[in-house]
Amino acid sequence: MSHEHVSNTKRIWFVFALLSVVTTVEVFLGILKPDFLYMNTFLSMNFLNWIFYILTIFKAYYIVWAFMHMEGEKSSLRWAVVMPVIFLVLYLLFILLVEGNYIFEVFKNATIKWNF
Amino acid sequence: MNTTVTTSSEGKTWDGGNEPMGASYGKLMMWFFIVSDALTFSGFLAAYGFSRFKFIETWPLADEVFTHFPFLHGVSAPMYYVALMTFILIFSSVTMVLAVDAGHHLQKSKVAFYMFLTIIGGFIFVGSQAWEWKNFIKGEYGAVETKGGSLLQFVNDKGERVSIESFAANLPEERERLDRSKGRWFMEGAALPTYSVAEVQAGFKAHPEILVRTEVIYKDNAEDKKDTKVNHELTKQKQKTILTRAESENRLANASLVVEGANLTRNEYGSKLFADFFFFITGFHGFHVFSGVIINIIIFLNVIVGTYEKRRSYEMVEKVGLYWHFVDLVWVFVFTVFYLV
Repeated sequence: MSHEHVSNTKRIWFVFALLSVVTTVEVFLGILKPDFLYMNTFLSMNFLNWIFYILTIFKAYYIVWAFMHMEGEKSSLRWAVVMPVIFLVLYLLFILLVEGNYIFEVFKNATIKWNF
Repeated sequence: MNTTVTTSSEGKTWDGGNEPMGASYGKLMMWFFIVSDALTFSGFLAAYGFSRFKFIETWPLADEVFTHFPFLHGVSAPMYYVALMTFILIFSSVTMVLAVDAGHHLQKSKVAFYMFLTIIGGFIFVGSQAWEWKNFIKGEYGAVETKGGSLLQFVNDKGERVSIESFAANLPEERERLDRSKGRWFMEGAALPTYSVAEVQAGFKAHPEILVRTEVIYKDNAEDKKDTKVNHELTKQKQKTILTRAESENRLANASLVVEGANLTRNEYGSKLFADFFFFITGFHGFHVFSGVIINIIIFLNVIVGTYEKRRSYEMVEKVGLYWHFVDLVWVFVFTVFYLV
């Protein structure tokens, strides 16, 4: 193994606390759904959803970097794993969500009723 | 370090034993597997997003669907249960990483103990998911499907959901399920719901306070406000639309099926695809958790019998650890996409 074998139990518990706090915040926001976040949108998504997605990425970062110990790997491995996933996921989401939205418009403006 | 024999290969780049990217063969392959599996899950979640965008105005609201908590019957507790499941999975990730950490110091009993906790956590999570599925399949209120394929749910005059059971009439009618013995070998009808459409319609007539709630999400804009078919007092912004009594009667006259709970064809929560995606994505994730538990058990037994002690390397624990954390990682996204947004 390439990395140092120092015990990092302290960091593990710190990350656990962090992930727990973030999850708790998410759950509370999900239950309360504060109107000023839920009703106002930014770039056609409401603020609450923005917060959820940002916190999700935040949690994912800590799971991969701390738990899967990506921070201890060589940067070549780091980027070989992370870059393709990020690029392909963004690409996939872009294609599918734009297309989904387009089909929604087609259904909505169609002369044929599909759901009544 | 892929075999029990450790070869010294310093400086000999082409002699075998070289480790590209500074990771052993097994670890590198585990990472590549994780990349491909991550893309598989991304494909599923993106497909979910596609269908959700396609039916954005009629998609079910998660906090109305997942409201159960053990021992709290009839209490609407959105999110609490799934939050608990998330904590269980995060905690089992922590015990896994503690096992990996202990493995670096060749502390056999500590590795075994933490792996045992991880396995227990995994089983609790799979069990919780089974309970969640049970509630989802069983349903709570029931709904009616119209001839046009849309779904009608029922609320009282305060806008609270009511179950079909609470108002449906009991008509003296005979209903019979079509099965092979009554037709041809290929003829088989769906299981009969508790009430027939006629019973729901008769019960609806007898209870003037009951209103129909459609799948459509109310937007509170000028166009929606003008709609005379909508009960504007009960309907709130970004909630499902509640109809006036007159329009409720019209819509219910068009009913064709009573829907109770969920299956792969239709569900009482709304869009038909919703249940399909729920079953498929949480099911595929649950399958990953389950296989992770099995792999953990195998490695746990190996730890117990001292395989890695003899090898002087606990790298296998690290490799299954990667897989286990990946399962946790996927759950973080499933949790957000299905339960939060």
